[in-house]
Amino acid sequence: MAYTKGNLVKVVVSLLALIGPAAALAQAPKVVKIGAVYPLTGNIASTGLDCRRGAELAVDIINGKYDMDLPLARTEGLPNLGGARVELVFGDTRGEPKNGIAEVERLVTQEKVVGIIGAYQSSVTKTASQATERLKIPYVCYDSSSPTLTQSGYKYFFRASPHDALFARDQFNFLKDMEKKGQKVQTIAVLYENTEFGANVGKEVLKLAQEYGYKIVENISYAANATDVTSEVGRLIKANPDVLMHASYITDAILFTKTFKEMNFKPKAIMTFAGYIEPAYLPAVKADGNDIVVRSTFALDLAKNKPLVGKVNELFKKKYGVDMSENAARSFTAPFVLADAINRARTTEPEAVVKAIQETSFGPNQVIYPWQGVKFDPQSHQTGDVAARGGRRPGALPPHPLRETPCPSNSSNSSSTGCSSGASTRSSPSGSRSSGA
Amino acid sequence: MNIVNFAHGDFLMLSMFVSFWLYALVGLDPLFSIPACALLLFALGLLIYKFAVSRVMRGPMLAQLVVTFGVSIFIANTAVLLWTPDYRLIDKTLLSGTWHFGTVQVSVPKVVTSVGSVLVSAALYLFLTRARMGKAILATEMNRDSALLMGINTDRVNAISFAIGSALVGIAGAFLSMYYYIYPQVGGMFGTISFAIVALGGFGSITGAFIAGILVGLVQTLGGYFFDPAYKYAIVFFLYLLTVWIRPQGLLGW
Repeated sequence: MAYTKGNLVKVVVSLLALIGPAAALAQAPKVVKIGAVYPLTGNIASTGLDCRRGAELAVDIINGKYDMDLPLARTEGLPNLGGARVELVFGDTRGEPKNGIAEVERLVTQEKVVGIIGAYQSSVTKTASQATERLKIPYVCYDSSSPTLTQSGYKYFFRASPHDALFARDQFNFLKDMEKKGQKVQTIAVLYENTEFGANVGKEVLKLAQEYGYKIVENISYAANATDVTSEVGRLIKANPDVLMHASYITDAILFTKTFKEMNFKPKAIMTFAGYIEPAYLPAVKADGNDIVVRSTFALDLAKNKPLVGKVNELFKKKYGVDMSENAARSFTAPFVLADAINRARTTEPEAVVKAIQETSFGPNQVIYPWQGVKFDPQSHQTGDVAARGGRRPGALPPHPLRETPCPSNSSNSSSTGCSSGASTRSSPSGSRSSGA
Repeated sequence: MNIVNFAHGDFLMLSMFVSFWLYALVGLDPLFSIPACALLLFALGLLIYKFAVSRVMRGPMLAQLVVTFGVSIFIANTAVLLWTPDYRLIDKTLLSGTWHFGTVQVSVPKVVTSVGSVLVSAALYLFLTRARMGKAILATEMNRDSALLMGINTDRVNAISFAIGSALVGIAGAFLSMYYYIYPQVGGMFGTISFAIVALGGFGSITGAFIAGILVGLVQTLGGYFFDPAYKYAIVFFLYLLTVWIRPQGLLGW
């Protein structure tokens, strides 16, 4: 065959055609899509916005170059996948369980996401995790706290945060501490919104009250979208408990706070879960939100012991103009877990990613919250699952200097009450939130 | 005119925001923003009727059903865009605090709201039964074709009744803003309950809606207190189902 110019071109072209697909195979995808489902509209849209910000900042850090101990911070993108960038694709659940399924299905089948994070409300996470289980797509949740979520034995669902069983126990330990300081507490009323999250907190509180020797004098569940809660508060007044424990979302937290004030319901302590910690809560109720104890998994004063918290908050503030809230901090961790696993797996193939998630090991300095890091229980896929490891005496928590302890709000000198970092303190009646402990 | 306004709750939200912004920007107490809310919502009602509802009045039944639904989604999402999903409260109002009668506590703004609502209902009743326009509205409601034959401009009557409905929810929003938090999705649950009340009272009956409103409020609060708060809405809707089972036209409907 004569090697004319034309033939040479043909040979080169066919060679390229041969190499082409092989090169594409070796080359990792340029973009790794992660689906994030949050209540971006609907009753608790303000919460959804907050979560969205935390997840977005996490992805900024993964994709950019930052001198921080967070996983993947010092490199651009995912180094093992040729520096592929992570991209978040959002799905709006409107806070409804049925949309949890629909949005996960849409994100997986149409947007081709390789993993899911979200969905804040436990009831929505429950349905969303059923969808990922069916679609065989890894789901890393940080922001839903109902204990039952990791009790279904799901293969693709992981939770990187402790759950309400631990939070409720901490509230009771705090109560015991207050008793040691001379407060007399005998009776507890429990009040909770009636979906997955609230109902399970209610269950935990009832169980723990018995264990810690308190008498439950009232047990009320209610619809979180109620427009009037006079009858609920009326029953609380009649029961006259020493302490009220309340698991709520944000709108019902505002409504109850107003109704407590209006009907003059004043127990010795109001100890709460979730709704009361939202950044939108205090600006709405102002001084009426003082003197309420709330559990939080994050507070800015953690920066004293963990410089990473300060650095991350600086970035957050630069980007959004406000301090990082608990919701933002919670949704911040899940993208790291997922991206780190994909990076180690060197592929986005679900089975390999799930295996890599299982082998996740973040140290205490690689996370911005007060626990030991992230390590999943092989059965439950729950991080730091105290119960799953068994053998621990009831009431005894793993010792850690930054263990979460609730703080009484509005105490300018909360160190005297023995609360440590990781708790939220409301110190100013003007509505600005300071987290100094 | 047989149009179900699914945007009723969103009209309520808009009125609450009008009241809030009048308070935040000009310092007007919600009590005095009632006329402004009523007027603005009246105008909004006319606009929506003219540009959305009247268009589909001649269209298929389904179009009539979904048009206000579209309006609702549009308003709610625009509100999120304009004002963020955050929660707002008017914290310093002229009417605040609680009256104590022995062991009974009544919130002052809620008492004023109740009295105000009764007055407005009475005014509406008088308007519908005495005023020429009111009679025209009732006539159109009873039989549109006969009303048309009697020389009533039914299209105008429909526009006015839609606008009046809107103005009424405007007044409700101003009252509510005295003690309830304000955010773009606030109308949802209020809207649902208001439908149940209207259906319970009987479509087209002002007196029926008035009685049903009080009944639902009492059942909800007392049922919740004496039975179990978890079931208070179940009790309300059970009452509704029971009523339509015995009297499908509602308590005082035709």
